[in-house]
Amino acid sequence: MTSLATTTPATGRRLPRIDLWWLPRGLVLGLLAFIIFGPLTNLVLWTVAERWYFPHALPLEYGFSYWQRVFSPRGNAMESLANSVFVATLTVIAALALAVPAGYALARLKLPLRSLILIAFLIPQAFPNLPVYVNIARLFYGLGLNGTIPGVVLVHVTHGLVYAVWIATAAFSAVDRELEEAARSIGASALRAFRDVTLPLAAPGLMASAIFVFLESLDEFTGSFFVGAPDVNLLPLLLYTAGAGGNYQIASITALLLLVPSIAFMLVVERFLKADVLSRVGH
Amino acid sequence: MTLAPFLEVKKASVAYGATTVLDGIDLAIAKGEFVALLGSSGCGKTTLLRTIAGFVMPSAGTVSVAGRDVTRLPPDKRGMALVFQSYALWPHMTVAQNIGYGLKLRHQPAEAIARRVAEMEALLGLTGLARRKPAELSGGQRQRVALGRALAIDPEILLLDEPLSNLDARIRLSVRHEIRALQRRLGITAIHVTHDREEAMVMADRIVILDSGRIAQAGTPEEVYNRPVSSFVAAFMGAENSIGLVGTVAGDRFAITAGPTNEPCAVPLSGRPLADGPVVARFRAEAAKLVPAGDAAHVPEGTLVLPGRIESASYPGGHWRHAVAVGPDTVLADAPQAFAPDAAVKVCVPPEALFLFNPPGAEPAAAEFAGHKTDKASELAGA
Repeated sequence: MTSLATTTPATGRRLPRIDLWWLPRGLVLGLLAFIIFGPLTNLVLWTVAERWYFPHALPLEYGFSYWQRVFSPRGNAMESLANSVFVATLTVIAALALAVPAGYALARLKLPLRSLILIAFLIPQAFPNLPVYVNIARLFYGLGLNGTIPGVVLVHVTHGLVYAVWIATAAFSAVDRELEEAARSIGASALRAFRDVTLPLAAPGLMASAIFVFLESLDEFTGSFFVGAPDVNLLPLLLYTAGAGGNYQIASITALLLLVPSIAFMLVVERFLKADVLSRVGH
Repeated sequence: MTLAPFLEVKKASVAYGATTVLDGIDLAIAKGEFVALLGSSGCGKTTLLRTIAGFVMPSAGTVSVAGRDVTRLPPDKRGMALVFQSYALWPHMTVAQNIGYGLKLRHQPAEAIARRVAEMEALLGLTGLARRKPAELSGGQRQRVALGRALAIDPEILLLDEPLSNLDARIRLSVRHEIRALQRRLGITAIHVTHDREEAMVMADRIVILDSGRIAQAGTPEEVYNRPVSSFVAAFMGAENSIGLVGTVAGDRFAITAGPTNEPCAVPLSGRPLADGPVVARFRAEAAKLVPAGDAAHVPEGTLVLPGRIESASYPGGHWRHAVAVGPDTVLADAPQAFAPDAAVKVCVPPEALFLFNPPGAEPAAAEFAGHKTDKASELAGA
C-alpha cells in the first residue's frame, strides 16, 4: 500500500498533467493488497512472536524460540513433513497412473458420454466431505486400512483424481492429433507414437496436474484426520492440533511450511503451463 | 494402364454417421505414377487419401498394394508416408530428429541415420538447419522438412495432403516442380490431394476429379482439360461460361437451333455422347473470340456465335477480359484489345473449345451415362 502511494504521485509529477484517476485506483488496489496480504502478514508476525496478546496491535516480544521447538527432534513437525511429502508423492504416482490413460481416452476417443464422465470425477467433491470421509473411515476399519499410509493415499487419490483427469484431458487435447498420425504414417505403432510424440508434448500439462495433486494431498485435512489420525501424522493435522490448542506460533510456522510448496507451484505453473492447455480444461 | 495396378482402391465407401463421404470409389494407380486428387473442399479427396493411408476405415470396399489387401492394416504397416497439410512436424524434435525418426523406428544404426538425414537435407536444401526446431523455420523450410521426413524412409507410396496450400504463391510454384522432379527421380508412386487445378495439371500424370464422393473423371491433364465428360468437370477445369441451347443430332453433327442467345450452327459431334433436346454449352473465356457485331466475314465452319453487348472490361494481364451480356446470361470472353462498354459484339466459340452436355435429369440416357463415365475415362486412358 505504501509503495503504491509513493509511486503514483511520482508518475504524476513526471507527466505534465496530474491524472486524477490515480486516487480511486490506488485506493482499490491498496485495499485489494490489504485483503490478500493482511492475513499473511499476521501469520508471519505470529511465527516470530514470543509474546502477543490483546489489545496489543503488534507482538510485544520477537524471537525464534518456537521455530526451534518445531524443528527440535522432540517436536513432530519434521516427521509430519516427511509423512506428508511421502503420502503426497504416492498420491501423485497413483493419480497419474489413472489419469494418463483416462485423460488420453477422454481427449482422443469419441466417447459418447465424454462430458458426463468428466463430471463424474467431480462427484467426490460434490458431497460434503465430512459424511463421506466418516463412512470411508468406517469402511477402512473393516478392511484394516485405517491408520495406514495406503489408506490415506487412497483417500487423497479420490480427492485429487478430478484435477489429475481434467488437466490430463486438457493436456492431451492440446496435442494435435495429426502429430500422432504423422508418426503412425512413417511406421510408429500406436504405443510408440504415444511415447515419442504425445507424451513429451503433453508433459508440461501432466506436470501441472501432478503438482496440483501433490498440493491437494499436502493440504487435505478431513480425510487425513478420519482415516490417518492418530497413527499417520500429517502436517495439516499438526496445524490443527496446534491451532486448536491455542498455540498460534506453532500453527503459524506449520502453515508457513505448507505455504512454501504452494508458492513454488505457482511459479512452476506460470513457467510450464501454456495458455492453450489451460483453455482446454473441461472441454 | 497396361501395367498391373500397384495401388488399387475397389468400391471404397466411407460414411461418417449418415453422411456418405465416399461412394464406391474405384481407382487403380500404376507404380511410379503421380496422381492428383482434385476437387473442391468437401468432395472427399482428403478422406480418400486418409482411407488409402489407413487413418479412415472404409465401410465397404478394399485397398490393396501390389496385390496385397491392406484394408485392415494399421497405417504404420502399409509402407506409405503421408505429408500433412499442416506439416505436423514434432515441435519438441529438431529438424534432424524429425527426418530421422522413421529410421530410428526401423532400428537403423545412428551413423546410418545421420548419413540419410544429411542426404535428405542436401536433397531438399535444408543443410545447416539440422539443429533447429520447427518453430524456428520458415513455412517453405517446414514443408521441406515434412517432405524429407516422409522420403527418408523410402516409402513405396508417398501421400501428399495439400502440402503446398500453406506456402506463399511464389514459393509454391517452385516447390511444385521440385516435388515433381523428386518424385520422377526417386520413382515413387505419389498421390497428391489438391483443390488447385493448375497445381494438379502441372504436377500429375493423371488427374482424378472428385465430386461429392464420386469420381467425376479420371484422365491425363490434357484429357480432363480438353475432353471433360460432364458439365461439372468442364466448369471445374475452367469452362465457367454456361449457356443453355437446344439442338438435334444430325449425322456426325449436332445442329444447334437458333435461340434467343445464339445463331444456328452445326457442331461436329466428334464422339460427344449427345441426345436431342436441351444442352448446356460450356466454354472458357480465353477460348472465345470477340468480334464486332458488323464483322461477319471470317467465322469458320461450326463456330457457335453468340450476339451480345459488352457490359464491362478488365485487364487481368496479357489480354482484356470482357463481361458480355448474351440474352439473359452473362459470359466472359477475352480479346487482345478492349471493347467499349455497350458495344455490340459477337462471341465466337470454336467447336473444339465448346463443351456440350445434356443436362442431368432432362435426359435419362445422359443420367445413365454419368454412372459409367469413369469406365469411359479409363478406356480413354488406356487408349
